[in-house]
Amino acid sequence: MNADFTAEELAFQEEVREFLQNEFPTDLKAKVDASVRLDKDDMVRWQKILFKKGWAAPTWPVEYGGTGWSHTKTHIFATEMGLYGAPEPIPFGMKMVAPVIMAYGSEEQKQRFLPEILESNVWWCQGYSEPNAGSDLASLKTAAVREGDEYVVNGSKTWNTLGQYADWIFCLVRTDNTVKKQEGISFLLIDMKTPGITIKPIVLLDGFPEVNGVFFDNVRVPAENLIGEENKGWTYAKVLLTHERTNIAGVPRGKRRLKALKRIAEETEDGFGASMLENASFKQRLAEIEIELQALEYSELRTLAALSVGKAPGPESSILKIVGTELAQKMDEMFVELAGYNCLPFVPEQFEPGFDGDAIGPGDSASAALTYFNNRKLSIFGGSNEIQRNIITKAVLGL
Amino acid sequence: MDFSYTEVQQMLQDSVQKFVQKSYDFDTRNEIIGSETGYSADNWQLFAELGWLAVPFSEEHGGLGGSAVDLMVIMEEFGKANLVEPYTATAVLGGSLVANLATGEQKETLLGGIIGGELQIAPAMAEPNGRYNPASVATTATADGDQIILNGTKIAVENGPNADTLLVSARESGEIRDVEGISVFAVEARSPGVKIRKYRTVDGKQAAEVTLDHVSVAASNRLGDAGAALPGIESALNRSIVAVSAEAVGALEVLLQKTVEYSKTRKQFGTAIGTFQALQHRMADMFIQCQLARSIVIMAAMSLDSDDSPAEKAKAVAAAKSRVGKAIKSVGQEAIQIHGGIAMTEELDVGHLFKRVTALDLAYGDGDYHTQRFAAL
Repeated sequence: MNADFTAEELAFQEEVREFLQNEFPTDLKAKVDASVRLDKDDMVRWQKILFKKGWAAPTWPVEYGGTGWSHTKTHIFATEMGLYGAPEPIPFGMKMVAPVIMAYGSEEQKQRFLPEILESNVWWCQGYSEPNAGSDLASLKTAAVREGDEYVVNGSKTWNTLGQYADWIFCLVRTDNTVKKQEGISFLLIDMKTPGITIKPIVLLDGFPEVNGVFFDNVRVPAENLIGEENKGWTYAKVLLTHERTNIAGVPRGKRRLKALKRIAEETEDGFGASMLENASFKQRLAEIEIELQALEYSELRTLAALSVGKAPGPESSILKIVGTELAQKMDEMFVELAGYNCLPFVPEQFEPGFDGDAIGPGDSASAALTYFNNRKLSIFGGSNEIQRNIITKAVLGL
Repeated sequence: MDFSYTEVQQMLQDSVQKFVQKSYDFDTRNEIIGSETGYSADNWQLFAELGWLAVPFSEEHGGLGGSAVDLMVIMEEFGKANLVEPYTATAVLGGSLVANLATGEQKETLLGGIIGGELQIAPAMAEPNGRYNPASVATTATADGDQIILNGTKIAVENGPNADTLLVSARESGEIRDVEGISVFAVEARSPGVKIRKYRTVDGKQAAEVTLDHVSVAASNRLGDAGAALPGIESALNRSIVAVSAEAVGALEVLLQKTVEYSKTRKQFGTAIGTFQALQHRMADMFIQCQLARSIVIMAAMSLDSDDSPAEKAKAVAAAKSRVGKAIKSVGQEAIQIHGGIAMTEELDVGHLFKRVTALDLAYGDGDYHTQRFAAL
């Protein structure tokens, strides 16, 4: 048993580190360090730098312009990116719709969509959840009715992340009402500029419209935008959800945040004459976080080792999702605790790109409450942690 | 032994409930938050007329008795409504500082103004590095003839943007955490050298960062004796902690109630999610947390109303804030989780209540701070 990287993997790790230091734009690094939100241009700019290097799509096969890396190299890359604070690609195109197109799309669809995703010329968004179809996603109602060589789409989608930037949306739509709910769903790609689509921002607890409601009123979609076969969409969707859960553990980001917690704790008085880093209670809880992070990291490595010998990702990804998100939320609480009164000012614009006013409070602390509020989503989205526990009870424990 | 409210307390509760039902729904609250001052001056006048601003004060100070249990009754209802009017800042912490520290003449002016609804107060206690320790005062007060010169920075000054008078803790002698040497000064908010940087808080209230740059006040603006304010500050803070803890108890109760209601109507997998035992047990735990929080706040309020020693009172209050902090995290987070995505939005009051209780957890010291204080007392 060993958890060592090979010499080649170590050399690759060094290469990634050097690349990040040289190529991750300093203005983006400054934003990340100051908790300033990256805008669309920032994210696209970084993604194009990765594209130039040939690293835009670590998990894609070489034939589509991917890196062809092993699972371990992909892991090393994601780890170094996370530790450095470089954002991962926006997942909707690269990690969600692309694998579905590769697996089930027609040759024409592959030619048409994949290169644009790889080059980050097109921004995708997700049309899965509906107001009445959340954890029970298969009960979705947005209908697509075939009329000649078009589908006419009516209904609404919600929790559409960053759809305000999107050019295209991939949707699960109902094409058959007469069968079991999972068997009447199709997977449709829709141009966001199509007449009849309206998008309504939903402001979250941190004051930012991170998600949207998307409304479809007699939206006519060419039938050639259907992925695979009609009524097989649920099968395709499940593939996508598995991809959504990879890297969900967030170990590198956790390590970076742990470092920040220690730094802020050192700079914060505990009110009893010592620093928070020296405070016995805080120190103990910080240690617990660090230990949990190590247990999570090794759980992820074990999953990775299984993947490397060809096993499919199974219910392990549910463990990583549950523990990773709940650990991140625990850290959010500790950032709030350290910030104390400093996180009470509600000045969300100071974390928006282009803010040039005089910020209130130190950056890490000023954003702590807003991050705490926003990250409550972590245990809700991507299959709520309740759903993940159901998966474990059914698939692992056989209950 | 009897934990029921007196007839007067019952009437007080009824009157606040009626006001909330009639004039403080979710949309109205949002309008108030979005207004220029961020609170309703009409509501404030109504609070004065209904005698609510007199509740925290003894009869000799022109109040209605000043019992902490009375205060608990009113604050719990405010908590349920997620009220933003600066009641704690002006009437509880501000008013108690005056009642505890001021001379007879000062009391007459200041308490008269508070009870009458004409005076808005902003207690300016916390500092950038002091965390929650009221003795950690770096702001200086230096005598200059008949005048006192104040220099320093105060953070999280609740009601700072709308205050007529700031009550500023400042050090006249000694080192940063010394018990002796702290005084409280009444400073007109519009005095030269006072800079008020206003902001809205994450839970919709008004607060400010206040810098004092060579602010000159008359020595007669000092509340009481020079350098002897800390016991009076601590006693005022104890009362304020009971107030915000009771406010949290009210808010948590609503979070529980709304979560249970939602679980009965939200259908997934063909059934109401409230029928899932995994969620039922978690809502039962939320209920337990609410009950324990309520119990310990009652304990602390009763201690403040008793002849317990100052040390015993401080310990009861620390226990309450510590335990309520724990309830805030678990009930608040579970309310969001069980609601799911919808509670992540500004459109539902649940998220706003969650933000309020999170801020109340930090107010005058978070749960962990007070656990350590409890252990040290």
